[in-house]
Amino acid sequence: MKEFIYLDHAATTPMHPSVIDKMTEAMQNAYGNASSVHQLGRRSKGLLEEARQVFASSINAHPTEIVMTSGGTESDNMAILKTAETCAAQGKHVITTSIEHPAVKEPISELEARGFEITVLPVNQEGRISVQQVIEALRPDTILVSVIYGNNEIGSLMPITEIGQYLKTLDHQVIFHTDAVQAYGTEVIDVKEQGIDLLSVSSHKINGPKGVGFLYVNRKLSLPAMMTGGEQESRRRAGTENIPGILGFQEAVKIRMQEKNNVRAAYQDLKDNFLKEMDNSSIEYAVNGSLDHSLPHILSVHIKGVQAEKLLIHLDLAHVAVSTGSACSAGNVDPSPVLEALHGQGHPAVAETLRFSFGYGLTREQVVSVVLILEKAVAFLKEK
Amino acid sequence: MSGGVDSSVTALLLKKQGYDVVGVFMKNWDDTDENGVCTATEDYKDVALVANKIGIPYYSINFEKEYWDKVFSYFLEEYKNGRTPNPDVMCNKEIKFKAFLDYALSLGAEYVATGHYARIQRDTDGTAHLLRGIDSNKDQTYFLNQLSQEQLAKVMFPLGEMDKSEVRKIAEEADLATARKKDSTGICFIGEKDFKQFLMNYLPAQPGSMVTEEGEVMGQHEGLMYYTIGQRKGLGIGGNGTSNEPWFVIGKNLERNELIVGQGFTHPHLYATHLNASQFTFTTRVDRPETFKCTAKFRYRQQDVGVTVQLNREDKTATVIFDEPARAITPGQAIVLYEGEECIGGGIIDQAYQAEELLQYV
Repeated sequence: MKEFIYLDHAATTPMHPSVIDKMTEAMQNAYGNASSVHQLGRRSKGLLEEARQVFASSINAHPTEIVMTSGGTESDNMAILKTAETCAAQGKHVITTSIEHPAVKEPISELEARGFEITVLPVNQEGRISVQQVIEALRPDTILVSVIYGNNEIGSLMPITEIGQYLKTLDHQVIFHTDAVQAYGTEVIDVKEQGIDLLSVSSHKINGPKGVGFLYVNRKLSLPAMMTGGEQESRRRAGTENIPGILGFQEAVKIRMQEKNNVRAAYQDLKDNFLKEMDNSSIEYAVNGSLDHSLPHILSVHIKGVQAEKLLIHLDLAHVAVSTGSACSAGNVDPSPVLEALHGQGHPAVAETLRFSFGYGLTREQVVSVVLILEKAVAFLKEK
Repeated sequence: MSGGVDSSVTALLLKKQGYDVVGVFMKNWDDTDENGVCTATEDYKDVALVANKIGIPYYSINFEKEYWDKVFSYFLEEYKNGRTPNPDVMCNKEIKFKAFLDYALSLGAEYVATGHYARIQRDTDGTAHLLRGIDSNKDQTYFLNQLSQEQLAKVMFPLGEMDKSEVRKIAEEADLATARKKDSTGICFIGEKDFKQFLMNYLPAQPGSMVTEEGEVMGQHEGLMYYTIGQRKGLGIGGNGTSNEPWFVIGKNLERNELIVGQGFTHPHLYATHLNASQFTFTTRVDRPETFKCTAKFRYRQQDVGVTVQLNREDKTATVIFDEPARAITPGQAIVLYEGEECIGGGIIDQAYQAEELLQYV
């Protein structure tokens, strides 16, 4: 079979080989239920708590502040819905941005339906908001600010540190949540330093297994469980712990933490080389959002004059995997709200954008060869 | 690929013949219900199962806008005018073999193939002939009559040489997920739903009188659009006439919003000697003389009848004269011409006549 080039690491990532080894071992040996009293149970419990320490130290949190979940979506849902439920007596105002992931956007719409007032902060041409916008939107009855750390479609990084630190200077009840599903693993995160109260993370975006994630919950908060029916996770999330998944996730985190800045530099290098090759090609394009304040692994490109959907099929038939906007299913072609927020409805970029996302295992040569395939496809489509 | 057995087997056969096959699911209509369930999503799952089984890539492409503009708007407009449209004919002409064909070409395809029961024969000079499917019970050339030579040049119908039962057998043997799936019935966007209910969502129903030719009121109708010429069911008139024969719809008076009814299957008002049709096109390359004889169908699955066609090339209209008077000609349906096995073209029925008299069918 022809070589397959995977440029969709923002959708999900392949598992790192040592993650697979770790999980295989765990599936063979650590099958005990962490709630069981016997030695197999105790073994699992020990491994779980060791993993929790690794997750905690990766963001400078305390292990008790880590709640294991099934992934980013659950973490976001829990953070938003349970904060609203807990704080409704203090206020019913929530601040968010126009380019949140659906896992944040939809629970917030749910709150709106339940009578909460929502302020949606628009983004600028870079796909960012400013701390000033948050300051202006803040009201005495604001209970939650939820801002995506780095956007999944265009990669723009939000001023999380500035917002968090500003909010901590106030004597205000507001809770600060950030969806760090895309940012975790390339950005240096320190929840204490950055004033973050709730932070959502997913394993499968950093070469770990699917179906695992965590929510960091600041110790001063107590969020009730969404899943009930057991005392796991200090009563914050019922259900038998997914030990093999958690151990695989732990391994993925360990690798990222060891490599730290190297990961960022490596992905940035792939992005830079891709763009350099684009400049050398005949493709007319514009980058959506900013290159200065963005995640190293996400690049959103408006390829002028060709329908992204057709281009994606051309690339797929040439064994290159990319995305248009965020993942979607059967015939569902709603335009990307993120691109609409950035450019306005009906802008050509909304239908002509491809997202290239870089990651583990990808080489410079592959990235360069993709531009050549892309150039051919663009030329073919323009001729038609 | 629709997620049905016919297109599944079409893909399988072509793959086996060595073609580089790409499956495309067309989403033409959004029927998401109150529970968020959409038949398209369910059908797409079957496309995924079949495509993975036979080892071809597959994609879902949305043609909802094109379908709405070119097929559904036409469909409503026709009903509004008291006619009985054929959306499948229009869907083939404007969507499957135009919008979709163009899309496939832009993906680098050389042909599009569908699971229609029809055959294409190509001469050495490239001329394509649209022939009836071998399975006469399933032959779908009636719905393909508006295709042009240019369209046919890029089309394949691998099932045309087969019986439906053979198609099912092939699907079973290949263990395709759709092997035993029920055939879809009715108009695709209405599906199993109640037709009256569906139409009511889009067009206001204007109830009126059911009258005889002599003007005697026989009852109430629910809206002229719900009735077709020659229809017997649903009139609710028992006896009350000059005989005990059943009642039939024999005409419509749009201006007075009256449904004209008459007694007896062979009511004289139901018989036409000739009709006028528009949007007349030919699938063939050669020009016909202005007057010629051939056979024709004026509804799907009907036996051919002998006709003489008088063409007017300028405005693409024609007068079609029946060898024997024809019963229940329906404005809005297609009149489709055949020469032996070949479907040579057709048009859309506008008016029916009995000798010199215009039959009041719309």
